[in-house]
Amino acid sequence: MSKAREAKAAKIRQLMETEGDAVNTGTSGFNQGRYESVQTLDDYEGLKSEARAIKEDAIERLPELIDELRETVEENGGTLYIADDADDANRYIREVCKDKDAERVVKSKSMTSEEIEVNEALEHAGTEVIETDLGEWVLQVADEAPSHIVAPAIHKSRDAIADLFNETFDPDEPLETAEELTMFAREQLGELIEDADVGMTGANFITADTGTIALVTSEGNARKTAVVPDTHVAVAGVEKLIPTVEDLQPFVELIGKSGTGQDITSYISLLTPPVESPTVDFDDPDTPITDGETDRDYHLVLIDNGRMTMRDDDQLRETLYCIRCSACSNVCANFQHVGGHAFGGETYSGGIGTGWEAGVEGLDSAAEFNDLCTGCSRCTTACPVEIDIPWINTVVRDRVNRGDVSELDWLVEGLTPDEEPGGVSFQKRFFGNFETAAKVGSFFAPVSNWVAQSSISRNLMERFLGIDARRELPAFQRETLVEWFDARGSRVENPTRTAVLYPDVYTNHVQVERGKAAVRALEALDVEVVVPDVRSSGRAPLSQGMISTAEDHAHDVYAGLSEYIDAGHDIVVIEPSDLAMFRGEYEKFLPEQSFERIADSSYEVMEYVFGLLENGADADALSVVDGDEVAYHSHCQQRTLGLEGYTEAVLSDLGFDVATSDVECCGMAGSFGYKSEYYELSMDVGSELKSQFQTDETRDRTVVASGTSCLEQLDSLLSRPTQHPVQLVAPSR
Amino acid sequence: MSTGTVATFEDSLERLEVGWTHTSSDELGDVLREVCDDPAVGVPLPFGAPLPEWVNTNPTPADLREAKAGVTAAGIGIADYGSVVVQGTPDGVEPVSLFCDRHVAVLRQSDIVSGMPEAFEWLGEEFRTGHSSAIIATGPSATADMGALVKGAHGPKDVHVVILDE
Repeated sequence: MSKAREAKAAKIRQLMETEGDAVNTGTSGFNQGRYESVQTLDDYEGLKSEARAIKEDAIERLPELIDELRETVEENGGTLYIADDADDANRYIREVCKDKDAERVVKSKSMTSEEIEVNEALEHAGTEVIETDLGEWVLQVADEAPSHIVAPAIHKSRDAIADLFNETFDPDEPLETAEELTMFAREQLGELIEDADVGMTGANFITADTGTIALVTSEGNARKTAVVPDTHVAVAGVEKLIPTVEDLQPFVELIGKSGTGQDITSYISLLTPPVESPTVDFDDPDTPITDGETDRDYHLVLIDNGRMTMRDDDQLRETLYCIRCSACSNVCANFQHVGGHAFGGETYSGGIGTGWEAGVEGLDSAAEFNDLCTGCSRCTTACPVEIDIPWINTVVRDRVNRGDVSELDWLVEGLTPDEEPGGVSFQKRFFGNFETAAKVGSFFAPVSNWVAQSSISRNLMERFLGIDARRELPAFQRETLVEWFDARGSRVENPTRTAVLYPDVYTNHVQVERGKAAVRALEALDVEVVVPDVRSSGRAPLSQGMISTAEDHAHDVYAGLSEYIDAGHDIVVIEPSDLAMFRGEYEKFLPEQSFERIADSSYEVMEYVFGLLENGADADALSVVDGDEVAYHSHCQQRTLGLEGYTEAVLSDLGFDVATSDVECCGMAGSFGYKSEYYELSMDVGSELKSQFQTDETRDRTVVASGTSCLEQLDSLLSRPTQHPVQLVAPSR
Repeated sequence: MSTGTVATFEDSLERLEVGWTHTSSDELGDVLREVCDDPAVGVPLPFGAPLPEWVNTNPTPADLREAKAGVTAAGIGIADYGSVVVQGTPDGVEPVSLFCDRHVAVLRQSDIVSGMPEAFEWLGEEFRTGHSSAIIATGPSATADMGALVKGAHGPKDVHVVILDE
């Protein structure tokens, strides 16, 4: 393994050991809470679309909204400062504190203030800064960085926090329970807030019409921070602006549910500073709070720091819609196992973190963790503003690839069958051009398989391609599905419909048996099948960030299928990740009409079988059983498309007793689990699926899974054979 | 506001483990006596029902620190969530509702709205006509940052809602 890969593997291994359990418990709990909490909404999808539309409009009209906000803030008696970058913001905030002779600033939690590192800037200038969010305070005491954008100390267990407090503060009685730790922190911080000179908050949202800021919190520290001292500095990115107070409503309903799985957080503070509430001067403890005049000072510091450039960037603009709820972190299988210290950059972490880091810090910071997004797409339906987070990760990966051009790249470029310029690593090129490898592999099979499995080959593959030697390689079949079908021909006498079975690269070269089973199942239901020789979907290069190559595939696939679509045939797809291309990413590659035609004509194979049975096809022509027990693992992208239910329904209808896994992803994710730097993480993620299929209830069940990767992962996790569901239901000949 | 809205509000409070009491303006004092430990601080209610004399309505910072209960009005209640909207005013609603162990929010039954869209219609109007602060408060302050959910982080550990029936 190369040194860089070894170092990355070691870092991930270390974080899995030290922080993985705490992060997994926390994020999995939030994620489960989200599923339950969003069900309380009458129209969850509608609310998300509403929130999305408000953000789209606000970012579109941002300069105009900033002008409006300036007027309202000044009219309210506050000051608006637009900071170009972190230094500019910090200089302004230092001056405010200097004017107030501030000895201590108390802060409520704000990722934007982490981004600009305002604490360090103020401390250099001699002002003490106290984080009052309990999680942030733990990290301040421990001198550690946040590992999660909402629950910053999620990587620390209760025991670790107790040890930290007991060592640092040496309390009379050692602290142990969460209750004791919380009350201790409440007391310590309460005193620090009482003497503070300036209160600094972030802002989750800012309304241009009234200059109202919304703070989403549960502890009450933001309320105290804003009301106790007479000076309030709010720090926020320019993207937090929305037009009106009423526009807050969908966000208030979505943010807690999407993030920590709470219907709503304890406090949504809506403040139009300077507020009328009296300050609470604990230096003068015996004068009633309402005696004397309240003279408050308010500074709103809006930070650009790359955001206006992101706004002009067609690919990164969507990042600005992010409301920092953390849903994409919590739902992400990789994040659940390593947390933000691996799956994060300078400031931001999780799926959307890549977009933020690329925009505010630069590609280098994004490149550090961008590979941890496997494109599984589970975050896209969790995101309350419908951001296509995997696409942002793909775009950033593409830019990282292109930015890293070495002298020898002209040579590689000339030799590889893709559309990419230099800079793409050998590893990414290999996986991106998997179709080429598969063609060669089938042509020389079985010799190619013997050679590939030899220890010398595995050694070379690990060294040059970073393919982990612990992974079993796919065995290429000598006869591809297309060749088999060409020789066999169609065998339906009175067809009711005609379907193209799309020969995805894995079904065509590796999992040929599931392709044959699909042909038999469809024919049994009176569907005439054709299996044309069409290029692979482009999923493989796309997942490596090779966007031009993927687009080239899309054009060829559409050209290869359009005549069949014109003839009114259906397109049946076995591999869910390819169907997800047709219904998803192809929108970015094809003219609108072409995309709609291929998306609307395409079906996942079990979805199609379900449709045939619903429309009167005879189920008895398939393999009907009496309560045979199966354990089914759907596929991440299949679940995102909402298709897992069809497989379950068909199997149940045919008499199978189905138990379905509920992990977000198997951990394999195409090439991800093959890469030596990620192999151990992949297996760690897979361990959850493994344990779900090894309970008393599931141990003896026949294992079926929809995706190629999932089947490969299950093969390495379990000692039982695995197969695609269509192989269970297809007649044997 | 229908009786259905009130029932929904009560269900939400139940879910949040927040206690509530229905009463009239005349009997408000008796109810407060039951739900407030001494010492109690408060802010006069804007809708006519007077607070009993034992509620200190002119608290100092030291009183806030010592108080076991803080009584304030709530502008509206939000049935779907069991939230009360606490409006910061010059007479100290925000600190009184924030610093004590128990926040007692007094709400007119007719001010309970069904959901967030209705609440924001009301809030938009309030903010545009010059109100500077409203906290949508749902249950007590809480944190999970210390390894388990704990009620009572920086703010009240407990909330009680008194619903004034007309």
